[in-house]
Amino acid sequence: MTGLTGNHMGMALTVDDLDIENVAFFGYCASGDFRLQRCKENGLLRYPPTTRCPFSGSANYDWVSVEPRGTVYSYNEVHHAIQPAFKGKTPYMLLLVELDTQKGKPSEHDGLRVAGNLVTPDGELAPPEIVKKVGIGSRMRMVLKQVGEGIALPMWTLDETAQQPAKPWRYPQE
Amino acid sequence: MATQSDIDASSPKHLAGKYSIVGVGETTYTRGGGRTTRAMATTAIANAMADAGLTHDDVDGMLSYSNGDSTPAPFIAGDLGIRLNFYMDVYGGGSSTEALIGIAMGVIEAGMCKTVAIFRSMNGYSQVRIGGTGARAAAPVRGDEIHSRGYGWQSAGQMFAPSFMRHMYDYGTTPEQVAMVKVVHSEHASNNPKAYYKKRYTVDEVLSSRIICKPLHLLDCCVETDNATCIIVTRTERARDLKHRPAVIRSVVGRCCKPRIDMHYQHGPISTVAGHYAKNILWPNAGLGPEDVDVTGAYDAFTFTTMLQLEDYGFCKKGEGGHYVSSGITRLGGKRPNNTSGGHLCEGYTHGMNMVIENVRQLRGEIDDSCPIGPDGKRQHTYDYREGGCRQVKDVEVTANLGWANPGTGSAMVMVKG
Repeated sequence: MTGLTGNHMGMALTVDDLDIENVAFFGYCASGDFRLQRCKENGLLRYPPTTRCPFSGSANYDWVSVEPRGTVYSYNEVHHAIQPAFKGKTPYMLLLVELDTQKGKPSEHDGLRVAGNLVTPDGELAPPEIVKKVGIGSRMRMVLKQVGEGIALPMWTLDETAQQPAKPWRYPQE
Repeated sequence: MATQSDIDASSPKHLAGKYSIVGVGETTYTRGGGRTTRAMATTAIANAMADAGLTHDDVDGMLSYSNGDSTPAPFIAGDLGIRLNFYMDVYGGGSSTEALIGIAMGVIEAGMCKTVAIFRSMNGYSQVRIGGTGARAAAPVRGDEIHSRGYGWQSAGQMFAPSFMRHMYDYGTTPEQVAMVKVVHSEHASNNPKAYYKKRYTVDEVLSSRIICKPLHLLDCCVETDNATCIIVTRTERARDLKHRPAVIRSVVGRCCKPRIDMHYQHGPISTVAGHYAKNILWPNAGLGPEDVDVTGAYDAFTFTTMLQLEDYGFCKKGEGGHYVSSGITRLGGKRPNNTSGGHLCEGYTHGMNMVIENVRQLRGEIDDSCPIGPDGKRQHTYDYREGGCRQVKDVEVTANLGWANPGTGSAMVMVKG
């Protein structure tokens, strides 16, 4: 195994073989299984991948499957892209989605806030009419976007099966 | 579980007042200045030495910071004929200024050298764009970066926006309130002959400028400029013999962080920034509080960064930052002006240095505005803050600088009149 390589919208992605945490994370995503590290000492999950548990300092963990659903905690909406891959794709959204799992633990201020773009159910950056529907409070489900052999990225799409808020919070100026 | 915020990080009080800033200098704030970072750094340091009344024989320490976009200290020292007893080139951008001032105090205290010149030299417009455009934006995405750059989440504005949005959500902060930061700083810049942008802006002009990345309009974002800046630190005892009244350092905080700084959004509230933690070092060490401060320098990479920091350092109640920055308090002539030079939004972008330089000059009572110079060679300040007029604040005794790297990391410093 020599790490991972992928290509996402023309961006070259690489994960070194020594970076075993990211290799495992993106590798599980590629197999359609969203997994996070769970500390063997305190049973707490963490995101993004780390070499030790931020709460116990332990280096011992298991990779466990996590229900990939949650609520938009905050976001940005880019209208002026700077990365070449995103030029011509504006507006696009970066979502921080707080998972239902482990919300408010270990302290009330903690949560698993997983980054990803707002995408359509088939994993393409969402068009402006969908962007306008999403804000803080929107219910989301994960889409795993394949970007190469054995590598996929977590993305977020509106959860069609969930009750959506009547009016998710959005920046007042459209 | 005890949290890291419970740790007492206050320092021995004997350092309060022992060190001072004795010289400040800069190049012009330009775009396309056509100079290397090496040439600009030597100019800024030469200007700061002249300002202090020091020669190249008096400076024996050097600190700089950059993101690989500057010239290392040995070349600068060589050009200036300075023999170094200490130097270090540090990786970093915003929040480095106050942190390096603290390091300078530490190395002098350790007996490693006597006087330190701190510089930041950058072609932030014509070489490495501070907005993150150009070569950096196109670089391949590796490892941990995939969790951010892989999603088009790279520039400072893009990275910070979730904090800004959440503040509006949590506290009802409005775009109009935040736009007032730019309005006020632009008024200040109009009284600063050095400022790159001297035009005064209105709230409507800010809100009708194009959106870069919600909630940031173009005019919520700082300017990209080419410039170098320098600050000279030495013992206050030594400072008494120098040219100007020293700006005495009472307290300094360097790159104080929120929990989970590997990705700080994992620990909330994300509408709270590092100042929430830094204030517990800054104020006890200074023996002063926000109510004692006459002039603030709250980092304005964006309009929002000024507001968030003033709030979390305790200049107003949590959640009332929008009201604070739109109330007139931060304006020249107000109770506690902020960034009287126009700051990063208007004067020029220096990763924090120009805000400290401005406060040093405020404490001296020698702001470089357009007021007439009297027979004693000093400006006769009118305290008339009309456009193009004075920007010296009356009777400045205490200033506070609030430096920003990102929502999760900040630095700060309190200075008093020497």
